[in-house]
Amino acid sequence: MAIKQEEIHKLLKEGFPDADIEINDLAGDDNHYAAKIKSSKFKGKTRVQQHQMVYASLKGKMGNELHALALTTEEK
Amino acid sequence: MTNINEKIKDIITKNDVVLFMKGTPEMPQCGFSMTVSNILKELKVKFSGVNVLADPELRQGIKDFSNWPTVPQLYIKGEFIGGCDIAKEMHENGKLKKVLNSI
Repeated sequence: MAIKQEEIHKLLKEGFPDADIEINDLAGDDNHYAAKIKSSKFKGKTRVQQHQMVYASLKGKMGNELHALALTTEEK
Repeated sequence: MTNINEKIKDIITKNDVVLFMKGTPEMPQCGFSMTVSNILKELKVKFSGVNVLADPELRQGIKDFSNWPTVPQLYIKGEFIGGCDIAKEMHENGKLKKVLNSI
Protein backbone atom coordinates (compact mmCIF):
# COMPACT_ATOMS: atom_id res chain seq x y z
CA MET A 1 0.00 0.00 0.00
CA ALA A 2 2.29 2.72 -1.22
CA ILE A 3 2.56 5.04 -4.13
CA LYS A 4 5.49 6.83 -5.71
CA GLN A 5 5.75 10.57 -5.63
CA GLU A 6 6.10 10.69 -9.45
CA GLU A 7 2.82 8.80 -9.79
CA ILE A 8 0.97 11.34 -7.64
CA HIS A 9 2.55 14.18 -9.56
CA LYS A 10 1.52 12.64 -12.88
CA LEU A 11 -2.11 12.18 -11.79
CA LEU A 12 -2.32 15.70 -10.38
CA LYS A 13 -0.81 17.17 -13.53
CA GLU A 14 -3.38 15.31 -15.63
CA GLY A 15 -6.17 16.69 -13.49
CA PHE A 16 -4.74 20.18 -13.25
CA PRO A 17 -2.61 20.87 -16.33
CA ASP A 18 -1.94 24.51 -15.43
CA ALA A 19 -1.05 23.81 -11.81
CA ASP A 20 2.05 24.53 -9.82
CA ILE A 21 2.52 21.36 -7.82
CA GLU A 22 4.77 20.76 -4.87
CA ILE A 23 4.87 17.35 -3.23
CA ASN A 24 6.74 16.35 -0.10
CA ASP A 25 7.21 12.84 1.20
CA LEU A 26 6.65 13.46 4.90
CA ALA A 27 7.82 10.17 6.34
CA GLY A 28 9.98 8.79 3.54
CA ASP A 29 7.71 5.75 3.28
CA ASP A 30 5.83 6.51 0.03
CA ASN A 31 2.69 6.63 2.12
CA HIS A 32 2.48 10.03 3.83
CA TYR A 33 2.66 13.03 1.57
CA ALA A 34 1.90 16.70 1.60
CA ALA A 35 0.90 18.42 -1.63
CA LYS A 36 0.51 22.07 -2.47
CA ILE A 37 -1.47 22.71 -5.61
CA LYS A 38 -2.03 26.07 -7.22
CA SER A 39 -4.45 26.00 -10.12
CA SER A 40 -6.89 28.27 -11.92
CA LYS A 41 -9.43 25.43 -11.78
CA PHE A 42 -9.96 26.15 -8.08
CA LYS A 43 -11.42 29.57 -8.82
CA GLY A 44 -14.79 30.13 -7.21
CA LYS A 45 -14.80 26.73 -5.47
CA THR A 46 -15.06 26.13 -1.74
CA ARG A 47 -12.19 24.42 0.06
CA VAL A 48 -14.25 21.23 0.27
CA GLN A 49 -14.91 21.33 -3.49
CA GLN A 50 -11.24 22.03 -4.21
CA HIS A 51 -10.09 19.06 -2.18
CA GLN A 52 -12.80 16.88 -3.74
CA MET A 53 -11.44 17.85 -7.17
CA VAL A 54 -7.95 16.81 -6.09
CA TYR A 55 -9.20 13.48 -4.73
CA ALA A 56 -11.09 12.89 -7.99
CA SER A 57 -7.90 13.45 -9.98
CA LEU A 58 -6.22 10.75 -7.88
CA LYS A 59 -8.79 8.27 -9.20
CA GLY A 60 -9.70 6.44 -6.02
CA LYS A 61 -6.14 6.07 -4.78
CA MET A 62 -6.70 8.41 -1.87
CA GLY A 63 -7.63 6.39 1.18
CA ASN A 64 -6.36 3.23 -0.50
CA GLU A 65 -2.81 3.06 -1.90
CA LEU A 66 -2.34 6.55 -0.60
CA HIS A 67 -2.86 6.68 3.13
CA ALA A 68 -2.18 10.32 3.82
CA LEU A 69 -1.98 13.37 1.65
CA ALA A 70 -2.08 16.70 3.45
CA LEU A 71 -3.53 19.17 0.99
CA THR A 72 -3.08 22.86 0.48
CA THR A 73 -5.03 24.24 -2.44
CA GLU A 74 -4.78 27.73 -3.82
CA GLU A 75 -6.22 29.67 -6.73
CA LYS A 76 -3.85 30.67 -9.45
CA MET B 1 -26.47 1.68 1.65
CA THR B 2 -29.70 3.62 2.08
CA ASN B 3 -29.83 2.57 5.69
CA ILE B 4 -26.38 3.84 6.49
CA ASN B 5 -27.14 7.15 4.77
CA GLU B 6 -30.22 7.53 6.95
CA LYS B 7 -28.17 6.71 10.00
CA ILE B 8 -25.53 9.34 9.14
CA LYS B 9 -28.19 11.95 8.42
CA ASP B 10 -29.72 11.19 11.78
CA ILE B 11 -26.39 11.61 13.58
CA ILE B 12 -25.52 14.95 11.95
CA THR B 13 -29.04 16.28 12.46
CA LYS B 14 -29.24 15.42 16.14
CA ASN B 15 -25.79 16.72 17.05
CA ASP B 16 -24.55 20.24 16.31
CA VAL B 17 -20.90 19.25 16.05
CA VAL B 18 -19.92 15.78 14.93
CA LEU B 19 -16.47 14.40 14.29
CA PHE B 20 -16.33 11.11 12.42
CA MET B 21 -12.97 9.79 13.50
CA LYS B 22 -10.74 6.80 14.03
CA GLY B 23 -10.91 6.05 17.73
CA THR B 24 -12.55 8.25 20.32
CA PRO B 25 -11.86 11.81 21.51
CA GLU B 26 -10.35 10.27 24.66
CA MET B 27 -8.27 7.80 22.69
CA PRO B 28 -7.81 8.71 19.03
CA GLN B 29 -6.34 5.92 16.88
CA CYS B 30 -4.92 8.13 14.16
CA GLY B 31 -2.87 11.32 14.18
CA PHE B 32 -5.23 13.19 11.88
CA SER B 33 -8.25 12.34 13.99
CA MET B 34 -6.34 13.41 17.08
CA THR B 35 -5.46 16.75 15.49
CA VAL B 36 -9.07 17.69 14.79
CA SER B 37 -10.27 16.32 18.11
CA ASN B 38 -7.66 18.43 19.91
CA ILE B 39 -8.67 21.56 18.00
CA LEU B 40 -12.28 21.09 19.11
CA LYS B 41 -11.15 20.49 22.68
CA GLU B 42 -8.99 23.61 22.57
CA LEU B 43 -12.00 25.64 21.41
CA LYS B 44 -13.95 24.11 24.30
CA VAL B 45 -16.61 22.87 22.00
CA LYS B 46 -19.02 20.13 22.94
CA PHE B 47 -18.83 17.61 20.14
CA SER B 48 -19.89 14.11 19.40
CA GLY B 49 -17.04 11.83 18.35
CA VAL B 50 -18.14 8.91 16.21
CA ASN B 51 -15.63 6.08 16.00
CA VAL B 52 -15.77 4.68 12.46
CA LEU B 53 -13.44 1.82 13.40
CA ALA B 54 -16.22 0.40 15.53
CA ASP B 55 -18.53 0.06 12.52
CA PRO B 56 -17.21 -1.10 9.11
CA GLU B 57 -20.44 -0.06 7.40
CA LEU B 58 -20.11 3.44 8.77
CA ARG B 59 -16.43 3.58 7.91
CA GLN B 60 -17.22 3.16 4.20
CA GLY B 61 -20.64 4.83 4.42
CA ILE B 62 -19.34 8.17 5.64
CA LYS B 63 -16.87 8.31 2.74
CA ASP B 64 -19.65 7.79 0.21
CA PHE B 65 -22.02 10.13 2.03
CA SER B 66 -19.59 13.06 2.02
CA ASN B 67 -17.87 12.19 -1.27
CA TRP B 68 -14.67 12.37 0.75
CA PRO B 69 -12.15 9.52 0.78
CA THR B 70 -10.65 9.93 4.23
CA VAL B 71 -11.46 10.17 7.93
CA PRO B 72 -11.65 12.38 10.06
CA GLN B 73 -14.63 14.34 8.80
CA LEU B 74 -16.11 17.29 10.62
CA TYR B 75 -19.79 18.22 10.45
CA ILE B 76 -21.28 21.34 11.98
CA LYS B 77 -25.04 21.84 11.99
CA GLY B 78 -25.45 19.11 9.42
CA GLU B 79 -22.96 20.68 7.04
CA PHE B 80 -19.74 19.01 5.96
CA ILE B 81 -16.88 21.30 6.96
CA GLY B 82 -13.97 19.21 5.76
CA GLY B 83 -11.17 16.92 6.83
CA CYS B 84 -8.05 17.53 8.88
CA ASP B 85 -6.38 20.00 6.50
CA ILE B 86 -9.43 22.24 6.21
CA ALA B 87 -10.19 22.09 9.93
CA LYS B 88 -6.59 23.06 10.69
CA GLU B 89 -6.64 25.88 8.18
CA MET B 90 -9.95 27.20 9.53
CA HIS B 91 -8.63 26.98 13.08
CA GLU B 92 -5.51 28.94 12.18
CA ASN B 93 -7.39 31.72 10.39
CA GLY B 94 -10.12 31.92 13.04
CA LYS B 95 -12.97 30.86 10.75
CA LEU B 96 -13.71 27.69 12.69
CA LYS B 97 -14.28 29.62 15.88
CA LYS B 98 -16.61 31.96 14.03
CA VAL B 99 -18.66 29.08 12.64
CA LEU B 100 -18.82 27.43 16.06
CA ASN B 101 -19.81 30.66 17.78
CA SER B 102 -22.76 31.03 15.45
CA ILE B 103 -24.38 27.74 16.45
